[in-house]
Amino acid sequence: MSHLELKNVSKSFGRVDVLHDIDLEVMDREFVVFVGPSGCGKSTLLRIIAGLEKVTSGEVVLDGKVVNNVAAADRGLAMVFQSYALYPHMSVRQNLSFGLENTSTPRAEIDARVGEIARMLRIEELLHRTPRQLSGGQRQRVAIGRAMVRRPGIFLLDEPLSNLDAELRVTMRAELAALHKRLEATMIYVTHDQTEAMTLADRIVVLRDGRVEQIGTPLDLYNRPANRFVAGFIGAPHMNFLEGRFVVGEGNSAEVELDGGHRLTLPISVRPAGEPVMVGIRPHHIGLDAVGAGIPAAVTLVEALGPETIVHAEAAGHRIIAALAGQRRIAVGETISLFFDPQHLHAFDSEGRRLPEGA
Amino acid sequence: MSIGSFLTRRRGGASWHFTDVLAWIWLVSGLILMFGPVIWLGLSSFKTRAALSEFPPTLLPYETRMVEVEGHDEPLPLYRVTTEDGEERLMVQVRRIGTMAQMADPEHPEETVRVPLQAREPVRELQLATENYTEPFERLNFLRFFYNSVFVTVVATIITLIVNSMAAFALSKYEFKGRAAVLAVILATLMVPLSVIIIPLFSVINGLNLFNSLWGVVLPTVATPTGVFLLRQYMLTIPDELLEAARMDNASEWKIYWRIVLPLAMPAIAVLAIFSVMWRWNDFLWPLIVLSDRELYTIQVGLNSFQGELNVQWQYVLAMTVVSMLPVVVIFAFLQRFITTGIASTGIK
Amino acid sequence: MTVESSSEAAVSSRIAGILLAPLRWAMGLIDLPMSWVQRRLGTGGVVAAMLAPNMLIFGVFVLFPMFLNVLYSFTGGGALFLESRVFVGTEQYETLLDCRTYLDPASCREDRFWRAAGNTAFFVIVQVVLLVLVSLITALVLNREMRARGFWRAVFFFPVLLSPVVVALIWKWILQRNGLLNAALAQVGVEPVLWLVDRNWAMFWAIFLSIWAHLGFYTLILLAGLQAIPADLYEAAEMDGTPRSRVLARITLPLLWPSLVVVILLALIRAVQVFDEVFVLTGGGPGSATLFLVQYIYETGLAQQVRNLGLASAASILMALVLVVLTLIQLSATAWRERREKR
Repeated sequence: MSHLELKNVSKSFGRVDVLHDIDLEVMDREFVVFVGPSGCGKSTLLRIIAGLEKVTSGEVVLDGKVVNNVAAADRGLAMVFQSYALYPHMSVRQNLSFGLENTSTPRAEIDARVGEIARMLRIEELLHRTPRQLSGGQRQRVAIGRAMVRRPGIFLLDEPLSNLDAELRVTMRAELAALHKRLEATMIYVTHDQTEAMTLADRIVVLRDGRVEQIGTPLDLYNRPANRFVAGFIGAPHMNFLEGRFVVGEGNSAEVELDGGHRLTLPISVRPAGEPVMVGIRPHHIGLDAVGAGIPAAVTLVEALGPETIVHAEAAGHRIIAALAGQRRIAVGETISLFFDPQHLHAFDSEGRRLPEGA
Repeated sequence: MSIGSFLTRRRGGASWHFTDVLAWIWLVSGLILMFGPVIWLGLSSFKTRAALSEFPPTLLPYETRMVEVEGHDEPLPLYRVTTEDGEERLMVQVRRIGTMAQMADPEHPEETVRVPLQAREPVRELQLATENYTEPFERLNFLRFFYNSVFVTVVATIITLIVNSMAAFALSKYEFKGRAAVLAVILATLMVPLSVIIIPLFSVINGLNLFNSLWGVVLPTVATPTGVFLLRQYMLTIPDELLEAARMDNASEWKIYWRIVLPLAMPAIAVLAIFSVMWRWNDFLWPLIVLSDRELYTIQVGLNSFQGELNVQWQYVLAMTVVSMLPVVVIFAFLQRFITTGIASTGIK
Repeated sequence: MTVESSSEAAVSSRIAGILLAPLRWAMGLIDLPMSWVQRRLGTGGVVAAMLAPNMLIFGVFVLFPMFLNVLYSFTGGGALFLESRVFVGTEQYETLLDCRTYLDPASCREDRFWRAAGNTAFFVIVQVVLLVLVSLITALVLNREMRARGFWRAVFFFPVLLSPVVVALIWKWILQRNGLLNAALAQVGVEPVLWLVDRNWAMFWAIFLSIWAHLGFYTLILLAGLQAIPADLYEAAEMDGTPRSRVLARITLPLLWPSLVVVILLALIRAVQVFDEVFVLTGGGPGSATLFLVQYIYETGLAQQVRNLGLASAASILMALVLVVLTLIQLSATAWRERREKR
């Protein structure tokens, strides 16, 4: 049973504030991902949970106990570092057993546990090697194994896949997800890669400039981003944003006139006319308007990926990216007519906050 | 101009340039000047006392051949004698009287002939006077000097490594109040060599009752600021993540020091160890001041006292000089590359 | 990695493991009190405990004596310990500096100090100039494309490792009356010279000896500096048909200058402290012809029948001042070099 709670956690290094009033609860067996651009404080937050950094104010509560002054070693957590931090002068076996030796675990049990983990991670034949003699993926496994042997309450993973090449990253991602299920462990995972966050997380915490922007399940974040930043950060390619103003429309729906003069109906309640608004639409929610009644756009770049075609275009002074299903015959310079799926339009106010949906 | 052009040449052209000649002259005369004296020392150290006082000296340790002859207890020296009729004969010298020598045929020692000194020449053979090496150990307490030097070198080096590496670890891997001050003090004392504080240090040593003791030689030298600096610079390059990983692995700070940082700092520790051995083995002024008892002399002080005697026994001094060089030569032979890169990268000697 | 080499590594690591076993055991034992300190006082306590031995020894045998040195220089009398010494104010300094004319050591009350200072000054200037020049030429020669560079570097370097006593004895043996040098001169009909009995020759050999012993060290630093100069600069100059003398003046020396500055200052600092080799070679003689400052301090304070600790301390303070100035210049020069290298 591992339950973690952060209450009003703040951290500053000298005069620089890196974290502001973070509140978070992590449930037992949950896979939580901290995601955000570099410098957003996500790694610092993880290190605070680990006990490697002290909070400036606030509380870290582990299983109901405030652990602010408990040393890293005594929190019963394990961490996988970005650089793996394998002890270069020790063999894989020694790397795995070092932590258990420090807690005076009987030799027989150490051997048993190391053997079990090595089998599970398929690194048995590497046990006598030193980290220098391992490939990137193997080092990654050893680093995870070193965390696993200690049977920690919570696994902390700091960008563990960022040093791997793209292909290996996909494989290891899947392995990690499987491992999480199998171990039934609580994991907190830090990454700047939104794909990793979307694929692995039960819940995602989006951080920016030391503040929590949104906490939610991956689809929550995708479907209902709380603000413009989350909307832009989650999902690839990025969401398109178009500026406009509310106008007087008919009935209950809000109407927007974009800068180019085109009008859209948004699935939100009516707003006062003249109020500026930022309309967001994901590339995958843009289609071609067969009758040409959509927004006219000049194509600047076409990327044919096979299953879909990514079109970069310019419409009403905005650069728009559309992901069209299938293979399309579109040429650069051509003018196309874009159709925005009205069900998937997002609206943000001038501060970037999501406007409430209509009843 | 011409010197300048020879010095800048880096790439060997096809033709034999005059700068190549100059460079080779420099190298060869360097070889003679640098190696020559040491080889001369080595050759001389195998000569007997008599051979050493010869002028001009021979290159190799030659010795007059001695022959056992019937009727004489001691072996007699063998000479090549040119007789009056121009014939050459091998004879032993029985006795020397003024400018004449009494010579005899080794087969018939009872028949002696008188021969002028200039008409004979000793028969010489290559002979190594190994007693130069053995006697100082047997009679002159040299083993004691050797032991003292080994003790000082080994103990000082071990303490230096332990004490310096602990301090370097604390100064490189932890933030604490006063760290900058400690570093500044160490840096400041880099510029104060031992030779400037010998007077007060002498009274400190006396106050601690360490005068005339090997520990008095060892202790003032072990807290080298140079060593702390060298090790700290190296430890700064060990990633902090390794220490954090160990901390997550329940390792105490002390365990992090000796299980993680110390093994990883081995290259720097080895450099410091080699330097320390050289420093302590070669130290002269401080042992000279602290040690007054002959029993406690280190090799360097002992050698100096030998050569300072009224009647210098060069045959022993030379042999013992060779012996005192051996450890350094061995270290150099095996670790030359290590030492030279160590010096080139740290600028420390 | 082959099977053999890995099994070899395993064997050697096992041997190392056995050899290090007592160390391991001792370190593990220290872990008990250290862990206790960590639990009671936190990480700070451990850091203090690790720093303590070095700083204690350092304090007792370096810092405290430095401080004591100043106090001694203001006291007089023959007592060894400070508490029984008489405070005399600046008398010792006055004694040292009391001269009718500073150009003539004989006119000074403490004429040996002035002779030592004069000898040291002469030695420093001549030795450093020659030492740097010889090292520079050697480094330039060794930097040429050549076979067996490691061997040649070792030839010039190895005396650096020899003890000053050994260096002095090697040369004393060559320079003695019926030594190798006089024998060689006799071959060309030159009368034997008493090299170490003649004032000028003694100084010459003192300088020669110290250059012989130390040139390898400075050559090594300069060689490292030379090899850090990018080869494409030379190639570019060759493409331009630049004369070699111009390459030396316009490329090599300017780029080597930072290393050269460090070498000059290090050589200066060492030269001021000259003692060991010369002391064994000449004992400071003949007369006071090769008496240098450190020997003066040593003899005045410790080696004479009547120890004059105060006077020796005052002299060593004056010498320390010179060294501190030189070292400060050296440190700023090193910092300057590092800044330049970063760019």
